[in-house]
Amino acid sequence: MASKFFLIAQREYLTRVRKKAFIVLTLAVPLLLAAFGFIIAKVASSDNDTTDVVEVRDESGLNVASRLASTPQLRFVQATGTLAEAKKGFQKAKHDGLLVLPAGLDVEKPEGVQFFGKGNISLKKQGAVEDALNKVFSDLKMEKSGISQEKLDRLRSEVELKAISLDESGKEADSNAKATSLTAYGLALAIYLFIFIYGVQIMRGVGEEKSSRIMEVMLSSVKPFDLMMGKIVGIAAVGLTQFLLWGILSYGVGAVLTPMLVDDKPKTEMVTKAPAAAPASADAPQSSSAKMDKAMSGSAATMNPANRAGGMFSALGSLPVGTILFGFIIYFLGGYLLYGALFGAVGAAVDDQTDTQQFMFPITMPLILSYIVGVSVILRNPDGPVAFWMSMFPLTSPIAMVIRLPFGVPMWQLALSIFLLILGFIGTVWVAARIYRVGILMYGKKVTYKELGKWMFYKG
Amino acid sequence: MKPILEAIDVRKAYANHVALSGVSLEIPEGSIFGLLGPNGAGKTSLIRIITQITGADEGEIRFRGERLNPGHIAEIGYLPEERGLYKKMKVGEQLLYLAQLRGLSRSDATARIKSWLNRFEIKEWAGKNVEDLSKGMQQKVQFIATVLHDPKLIILDEPFSGFDPINANLIKDEILELRKQGATIIFSTHRMESVEEMCDNIALINRSRKVLDGPIGLIRDQFKTNTYEVEGKGKLILVHPDFEVVEQKERENGHFYARVQLHAGVRPNDLLRYLIGAVEVEAFREKIPSINEIFIRRVRETMPETLVEETA
Repeated sequence: MASKFFLIAQREYLTRVRKKAFIVLTLAVPLLLAAFGFIIAKVASSDNDTTDVVEVRDESGLNVASRLASTPQLRFVQATGTLAEAKKGFQKAKHDGLLVLPAGLDVEKPEGVQFFGKGNISLKKQGAVEDALNKVFSDLKMEKSGISQEKLDRLRSEVELKAISLDESGKEADSNAKATSLTAYGLALAIYLFIFIYGVQIMRGVGEEKSSRIMEVMLSSVKPFDLMMGKIVGIAAVGLTQFLLWGILSYGVGAVLTPMLVDDKPKTEMVTKAPAAAPASADAPQSSSAKMDKAMSGSAATMNPANRAGGMFSALGSLPVGTILFGFIIYFLGGYLLYGALFGAVGAAVDDQTDTQQFMFPITMPLILSYIVGVSVILRNPDGPVAFWMSMFPLTSPIAMVIRLPFGVPMWQLALSIFLLILGFIGTVWVAARIYRVGILMYGKKVTYKELGKWMFYKG
Repeated sequence: MKPILEAIDVRKAYANHVALSGVSLEIPEGSIFGLLGPNGAGKTSLIRIITQITGADEGEIRFRGERLNPGHIAEIGYLPEERGLYKKMKVGEQLLYLAQLRGLSRSDATARIKSWLNRFEIKEWAGKNVEDLSKGMQQKVQFIATVLHDPKLIILDEPFSGFDPINANLIKDEILELRKQGATIIFSTHRMESVEEMCDNIALINRSRKVLDGPIGLIRDQFKTNTYEVEGKGKLILVHPDFEVVEQKERENGHFYARVQLHAGVRPNDLLRYLIGAVEVEAFREKIPSINEIFIRRVRETMPETLVEETA
């Protein structure tokens, strides 16, 4: 019997893996992802690489022009000639703008400063020029009040926050809410996608077997339970293969593409891997992890990027990695098997793929619900009552509990949840196997829930 | 001969109807056994119990004297009426897969697939996807899948459906050849002429009950009505103390055809003696009921409504 189960799983695996669609999809997804990331990174880096050159025509007599500090993104040069000449001149010289400081500019109330640009002036460019001017004027004001340049330089400081989580017992731990959330989110998404993509494949597979009328031949050789579980396990292997290949290929493509992006900053690598974080990279040359943080939080505090990234990694290190990994594997497999059996039962119960809708709903609902509630409610309040109950109920616990794991879950809750998951798994497989056993030989009958209920009690 | 399969008082009920009640059968080893019955009589239920797709509620099935168990799967080949193969699988791989599920080793299966494909002259199909084959071709593949593991008991449900006459003949010869090699065949069909042609024994199931079984010759004898067909020249009188002319047809040039039923105790020779005196006899033979007639008659008899009518 065991060897038959193996044969079935093997067939399910091989026929799928050898399909053109599988190969194409496996290759295409990382390439598309990389191409997408590449474009975003390219756009972002080109934005950072170009230096805007702004001509300055200083009529104020305050010597502002020489004080304006150039940055890699913004360079100030002296304008020549009259105002009219300068207006034409900066365009001819392919410069990006002309800053005009009028005569009689008041340090206390600098008004009438004009900025001419080619076409529309972007807010970002305008902001950068304003920042540079503000700095000059505040320096001027401080000097006027008798503070020396040396003192000024010493006054400047860069503040950096170090977040420390304090639990009820007063124990301190490095905390980085973003790292924790990101981990939780990533794990939940992986489980959600895996169950959905490959669960539907199970359902389709059973449907195809049923409509091809091969069931009777199969069942005269093997037990329906072996047939069902063989399919579920075979498809799980397909999914794991695909996920693994996606991971390896994405990494490989990323590694190849990274040097191609002229940028030598470490951010490009991250950008190719996580396109979602890329848009944030447009604003400043910070290191990638810090930017991901910024992207997620919109945090206004400017900190030392290197330290922030370091803090993120040390926070990742402080997560209960062992527990997360253990839990993830349990909930990943448990969740997939539990839902896989249900999807298989739906495939067996209906004749026609279009009839699946009515039975799909009660299965996909807890799955979608646990994902949506998970990333909205549980992620914000991982110890709240919603989080607790959803991480106990076997249909929602695979996603709900995995979201809670990085935040730390009391051992008894984890144990209880796993116990309930196993009970739920046995229960659903029992129910699914019964529906499956009767359903696969049932043709031309529109199945109702009442009917399904009766099937539970049919004798073998 | 010793039975290869016995059904003993088998009962099977579904939620709202009884599929089999108290069915007992013996299938002699090496025979071709016709399992007959109208649609919905319970044939498929019985077959599914024998092939272990479902189990009986009561009673038991014995295979060579042993209670039927999963170990017998390798000894049984089953061609269901609802044919089907994995459409996206290649013919060779599909046969290999099904044979392995029936307990054949990979190397054995490969060798046998080769010889069967050669035998049916369809070697070049091995690498083709099943969905690219015609319906008749698929049927051939399915037949091979049924017998590939060299089963001792082969169950064929409507084996000729979907075949053209040439291929149907090919399959018929294969069935007879398999029997010659010692296999027993259970043959479920509505085509009575092939039953008459091939079966040694039959059983008739109607409304979940076995209503008739035995060797085909004995059954026919049992259903003889002591009726004779006569062809000749002249005219038969219709009423006679010894017999009754059931039917008489005039033909050209004073010829006739008649069916004559003898009264109890009257011998065919008595009729012949009378005929010789009365008409010029051209043909005289006993009217043996066809399986088709027996089938219809027996099914009608065992329908409750018609039973009431007849007794009333």
